[in-house]
Amino acid sequence: MEIKSMRFKANAAGSLANVVLQGNLKNAKGKFVTKRAEALKDLDDFEGTRDAAVAIRNKVIDNLDLWLERFERKAQETGATVMWAKDGAEVCRLVIEIAQKHGVTKVTKSKSMLSEEAGLNQALEAAGIQPVETDLGEYILQVDNNEPPSHIIAPAVHKSLDDVADLFHKVHGTPRKTEIPALTREAREVLRGHFLSAEMGLSGGNFLVAETGSVALVTNEGNGRMVTTMPKVHVVITGIEKVIPTLEDLSTLMRLLPRSATGQSISNYFSILTGVKQPEEHDGPEHLYFVLVDSGRADVVGTDFHAMLRCIRCGACMNHCPVYQTIGGHAYGWVYPGPMGSVLTPLYAGMENSIDLPHAATLCNQCGVVCPVGIPLPDLLRKLREKQTERGLRPLKERIGLRLWAWVAQRPKLYALGASLGARYLKWLAGDADRIRLLPAAPEWSLGRDFPAPQGKTFRELYAARRNRTGDKP
Amino acid sequence: MSSREDILGRVRAGLQRNAGNAAVGREVMTAALSSRSQGPKPVFDAAPQALLERFRVKSEAQSSTVDIVAAEAEVPAAIARYLAAMNLPKTAVAQPALAHLDWAAAGLTVELRGARDADLVGITGCFCAVAETGTLMMCSSPATPAAVSLLPETHIAVVRASRILAYMEDAWNLARAELGSLPRAVNFISGPSRTGDIEQTIVLGAHGPYRVHLVIVED
Repeated sequence: MEIKSMRFKANAAGSLANVVLQGNLKNAKGKFVTKRAEALKDLDDFEGTRDAAVAIRNKVIDNLDLWLERFERKAQETGATVMWAKDGAEVCRLVIEIAQKHGVTKVTKSKSMLSEEAGLNQALEAAGIQPVETDLGEYILQVDNNEPPSHIIAPAVHKSLDDVADLFHKVHGTPRKTEIPALTREAREVLRGHFLSAEMGLSGGNFLVAETGSVALVTNEGNGRMVTTMPKVHVVITGIEKVIPTLEDLSTLMRLLPRSATGQSISNYFSILTGVKQPEEHDGPEHLYFVLVDSGRADVVGTDFHAMLRCIRCGACMNHCPVYQTIGGHAYGWVYPGPMGSVLTPLYAGMENSIDLPHAATLCNQCGVVCPVGIPLPDLLRKLREKQTERGLRPLKERIGLRLWAWVAQRPKLYALGASLGARYLKWLAGDADRIRLLPAAPEWSLGRDFPAPQGKTFRELYAARRNRTGDKP
Repeated sequence: MSSREDILGRVRAGLQRNAGNAAVGREVMTAALSSRSQGPKPVFDAAPQALLERFRVKSEAQSSTVDIVAAEAEVPAAIARYLAAMNLPKTAVAQPALAHLDWAAAGLTVELRGARDADLVGITGCFCAVAETGTLMMCSSPATPAAVSLLPETHIAVVRASRILAYMEDAWNLARAELGSLPRAVNFISGPSRTGDIEQTIVLGAHGPYRVHLVIVED
């Protein structure tokens, strides 16, 4: 997918100015938050479960090479083919090769964020293979000129009922429907035909189980079951970090994933798929392929950002993020929005392509508090800011300004003089008001916030005066 | 260099892999795979009657409907009653594993096979059920095709009360004991299919069944 994260500020400003989008975001705001809080109540020991989940994920990513080899061997024993892809281009090439080998003309897809990373739909179309998104949210976006998703769990959360009603009326050529069940039924009827006629089903993978060589899929609509049951070929594309050890570990993580994502104690369907259709079986794919994808993940192993590999893609961080709730997902400019996206985009799509993202956070730590695998997201965002400075990626004006400040700060007398002049100047600037609307030295910065007016003296001046008065020793 | 070697090579470099830490890592892996340690679980009464009750309550919370009968022989009549009450056809596809029940005596026309698009009612058994969340565990096999619980608009599942377990972890152990290895597809089902993709409003009947009806046999 094309990276538009460099235009974050303009994108965010556009989102804020978009009245329709703001209405839709306001309508969606807080729904997932309330549902999650409700769903955690019947989990007697959330903290203990989260600690167990952190330990499970760490166990694997701390020895990722060994677990990958183990998973690969088990999957092959079940009759699956395991392939490896370095980047999105290789994902597309491998999937197209598999499709061509089996004479596939149509692929039904259940939601896969990795396929968004790779731009797989465009590549399939270019190869003459029809990709059909079957998650309702993803389908809505696909028929709306391949609009990118704005949320990893609810891809079309930025759209209103009216938007979807207009869209289906236009695309399906049917009378305009205004009830959500009727629109859902319409999509069901259109997609049922595709489920039955596609020769290949493509899914992501929530987890890969090393014990059994299985892929685990968490879904509600039943489309995940359709694409992995009806076509003769099933291709799983998934990141290399998704391995977990045992089925017991799967159960522990399942107590957290649906609760954190949609506030469900369990998703409607939870499918653990192992190997291919057996002789005499009525359904199931005859061929199963795993495409294990790197796309930047391997280079995160062992770095300051290692903990990010624990992520199980629940979306709780974005649901609780004040920035995400205000600007929506598109402003972030790539596949993953919100706090997790602001860490993943620089790591996977390039730090230089996403300069503003680590700063698009208030560091309020709501994301860190709700993360079911305890990823310290604010720490990672701060660390990315450090890396930007280390690599000289910050704007020239900022770099010169900081260097100047450092030079002054190392000279106490000069610093005291500067601070004293500054405090008086700002007091004069504020006049009678207690705050300053526009700082001439930082007009852009003060555009969105007021600067509190100082009282006219610096802390050091006040402290010295107090010591003189009371005779305190420092 | 193949992509596999390239990727694994960079992972190993990131982990500063050497013979010593590889041996330690293998020990960790072997221990994890053999201990199969379980995480914290919600605590509730695990007496058989309490499990049945919890399973019923949780299933209904997932929008399933529940009927309880005293013996397996009563299942066809119970299903016939449900279909009549819901104004649904008396024709159904059922998993071949349910061949031993006398469907015709209850006035039902039941075909024992895999499901087709046109099937309106699908009848299945289940491998076991999980009381914690009100969940069915379906294991695919020639006698238990997966699509019977997926394609029809109405899914009716027969659940033996003695197979209602407390936790998903218990279900894994039962599968290991009875099946040896996992079947091609394990599907955990918790109520009718649903979506919240338009304005986060939950709608039942997305791509799978609109309704799930459970007939629990007290055995």
